[in-house]
Amino acid sequence: MTHLAATASTIHLPHVNYVSILPILIMMGGALLLLLLSSLLRRIISTGVCTAITVMTSAAAAVAAIVQWDQVLANGAQTTIAGAVAYDGFSVLIQLLVPLALGLTALVADGYLKREGVVGGEFQVLAMASASGAMVMGAANDLIVVFLGLEILSIALYVLAAFNHRRAESGEAALKYFVLGSVSSAIFLYGIALMYGATGSTNLAKMAEFLARRAVLSNGLLLAAMALLLVGFAFKVSAVPFHMWSPDVYQGSPSPVSGFMASVAKAGAFAALLRVFVSSLATQRLGWQPVIWVLAALSLLVGAIVALNQQDVKRMLAYSSINHAGFILLGVDAADARGISSALYYLVTYTIMVIGTFAVVTVIAGRQDRATGLLEFRGLARRQPVLALALAILLLGQAGAPFTTGFLAKFNVIEAVVLTHGYTLAVIAMVSAAVAAFFYLRVALTMFSPVGEFGDGPDDDVPLDPAALVGAATPGAASGVTTVPPRAWSAAMPGIDELADAPPSEVVEARGKVPVPPATWVVIGFCALFTVVFGIYPAPLVDFAQHATLLFI
Amino acid sequence: MTALATVLLWATATHPTLVDAGTFSVSAALVIAGAIGVIVARNPVHSALMLIMTLFGVAVLFLLLQDPFLAVVQVIVYAGAIVVMFLFVIMFLGVDREENLGAEKLRGQRPTSVILAAASLAGLLILGFVGHWTLGAPHVAGPDTGAPNVNLLGQSLFTTYLFPFEATAALLIIAVVGAVALARRPGGEQKVVDAAPGPLAPELDPASRFVVTPPAPGGNEDAEPSGPGNQNGGDGS
Repeated sequence: MTHLAATASTIHLPHVNYVSILPILIMMGGALLLLLLSSLLRRIISTGVCTAITVMTSAAAAVAAIVQWDQVLANGAQTTIAGAVAYDGFSVLIQLLVPLALGLTALVADGYLKREGVVGGEFQVLAMASASGAMVMGAANDLIVVFLGLEILSIALYVLAAFNHRRAESGEAALKYFVLGSVSSAIFLYGIALMYGATGSTNLAKMAEFLARRAVLSNGLLLAAMALLLVGFAFKVSAVPFHMWSPDVYQGSPSPVSGFMASVAKAGAFAALLRVFVSSLATQRLGWQPVIWVLAALSLLVGAIVALNQQDVKRMLAYSSINHAGFILLGVDAADARGISSALYYLVTYTIMVIGTFAVVTVIAGRQDRATGLLEFRGLARRQPVLALALAILLLGQAGAPFTTGFLAKFNVIEAVVLTHGYTLAVIAMVSAAVAAFFYLRVALTMFSPVGEFGDGPDDDVPLDPAALVGAATPGAASGVTTVPPRAWSAAMPGIDELADAPPSEVVEARGKVPVPPATWVVIGFCALFTVVFGIYPAPLVDFAQHATLLFI
Repeated sequence: MTALATVLLWATATHPTLVDAGTFSVSAALVIAGAIGVIVARNPVHSALMLIMTLFGVAVLFLLLQDPFLAVVQVIVYAGAIVVMFLFVIMFLGVDREENLGAEKLRGQRPTSVILAAASLAGLLILGFVGHWTLGAPHVAGPDTGAPNVNLLGQSLFTTYLFPFEATAALLIIAVVGAVALARRPGGEQKVVDAAPGPLAPELDPASRFVVTPPAPGGNEDAEPSGPGNQNGGDGS
C-alpha cells in the first residue's frame, strides 16, 4: 500500500480572472437569487417579479459582456483559470448574445405564463440556468467544460420543454428530448474520452499543440473521437441525420421555449463546435471537413424540402431551423476567419429573428398552444395588420430577402464557402434558400390572403379543451381553440386538400383579435426593427462579428 | 468452465505472485458470476443484488491495480448509492415478482443481443492486438511521481480542473431544481391530462377524459389514492 499520509505538498491555486467569467456568474447568480427569493417568500412569487429579475439579470450580464469587450480589445485574447476558460472576442460575443436572447425570451414568456396560469419562479430560474450553460459553452476552452456547459444547458431545457403540465404533447416532447439528448450527451462524452486517449489532454489549446507538433501516422483513435464529438454537436444543433427530435420537440414545447431552444441552444452548440473543430482541431481538417460538408448539404436540403409539406407553423419553423443550421455549417465548413465571422453573424441575426417569430406564434397559438396550424394565420393581416407585418418581416428575414439581416447572413456564409472553393456546397445552399423562400412566403401569403376563399361548410369538431370551456381568461383565444382541430401529431403530410377542411369564414372572423401583452409587443417590435435596421445598415453588426473572430485563439 | 480456466491460466502467467493471481481469479470469478446472475435471476431484486456482487469484484480489481480511490468510490457510489436506488425503484413500482423469461417482448431480441455481444468482444480483442492504432501520446495520465492517487486527484480538482469542478456544482443544482419543477403540480386548479386526443380517437367525449382533481389544501389527508396502478402493486413482497 502506498503512503496515504505522505507528501503534504502545497497546492498552487490557479489565478482566476473573475471578469472573464463575470457574465456567467451574474447569470447563475440571478438564477440562484430568484430561487432563494421564491423559496423564502411565504406566498407564491408573481410572474411579473420573476420576469423583472430575469430581464435585469440579462441586462447586467450583457453590460458585463460589454466591459469584457473593451478589456479584450485592449489586452488581447487569453485563457484563464488554468486554461479552462477562453477569454476572447468570440466568447464575449456569445456572452452578449445569450443574455440578449434570454431577456427577449423572458418577456415573451411573461405573457405566456400568465395566459397559461403557470405560477412560481421555476421557469425563469431554469431559463437563466440554461442560458448560463450556453455561455459556459461559448467560453469553454476544455472539452470537459464544453460538456458541463452542454449538460447545464440541456437539463434545464428538458424541464422547460415539459413546463406546460396540462398539455400532453409538452410532456411527450420533453421525454423525447430527454432520452435522445441523454444518448447524444453520452456519445459526446465518449468522444471526449477518446480524444483524451489520442492527444493526452482535454484542454483545447494543449490538444492543438500536441497535434501541431507531431506528424500523425495512425489516427484511428483521433478519427473516432472526432466522429463521436461531431455526432454530439450535430444533435444539439439539429443537423440532418441527427435532427429527428427537433420537429416533435419544437411543436410540443411551450412556444417561448421553442424559440429559446432554436436560438440559445443553437448558439451555444455552434460556439463550442466552432471552437473545438475550427480552432483546436484545425490541423485535422482533412479528417472532419468532409463530414461537415455532408451534414451541411443534408441539413440544407432536407430542412428546406420537408418544411414545404408542413401544415403546422411550429413544425415548419423546426424544419426551417434545421435549414438554418445547414447554413451556419457552411461557415464551419469554410473553416477560416471569414467562415467563422460569417457563422457568428448568421447566429446573431438568426437568434433575433427566430425569437421574434416564436413570439408571434406564441400570441397566435392561444391557450395551450393549440392554434398553430397554418390556417390560423389566415386573414391575420386584416385583423391585426401590425402583427402580420412584423411576422412578415421576420419571415422574410429568415428567407433571406434583401434589406433584412437574413440576406447578408446568407450571402456571407455562401461567400465564405465559395472563397474556399466549395462550389457544390454553395450551389446546394442557394437552391435550398430558394426552396425555403417558398414556405416562408406561403405563411406570409396566408396572412394576407382574404378570408373565406376555401371551405365548404361548418366543421363539426367538438370543443377539445374543457378548461377553455369552463372559462378561459381570454375569450378571443378560447373561441379560436374551439373552432380548430388540433393538427398536433397528425402533421404528417396532408397535401393541398388540407385546405378543404378549413374553418368557415365566419368562424375565423369570430375568432377576432388575439390579445398581445405589451411585453410581447416590445419583443416583436425589437426583433422586427433589428432585422430591418441592420438589414439596411449592416456595418456595425458585421464589424462586431469580424472583430470577434480576429481575437479568436 | 473452460473460459474460467483460461482466465485463471492467463492471470497466473501475467501476475507473477501467487497472491495477485489468487486475488485476481477470485474477484474475476465474482464479477463474471455476478454478471451472469444479473441476467439469469428471475426476481429483479435478486438481479440487483447480483449487480452489487459484480461491482464489488470490480472494486477488488481496482485495488489490485493499486488504485484505492477508484475502489472505494466504486463501492460507495455504485454498490452503495446506485444499486440501492435501483432497489428503491423496484420496490416502489411493485415489480418485485418473478418475470417470465421465456417471452420475448421484442422480436429477435436474443439473437441480436448475442451477435452484438460477440461483435463488441471481437472489436475489443482486435483493438487490443492491433496495437499501434493510437497517436501514441506518452503517459496520458502524466509521469508516475509515486504520490498517492488520492492526493493527485485532489490536487488536479483544485488546480487544473478548478472551473469544471465548480461548474459541476451548478449542474447539480439545476438537476435538483429541474426535478422539483417537474414533480411539482400546482394545486387549487383542475388539471386535464391528455386533453388532446390524437387523430386515432377523435370521438372521445370530453367528459370521459382523465381529469385529475387534487385534494383541497389542508383537507382530507386520509383520502385513499385511487390510481389504477396501485391496486395490485403492494402484495408482491
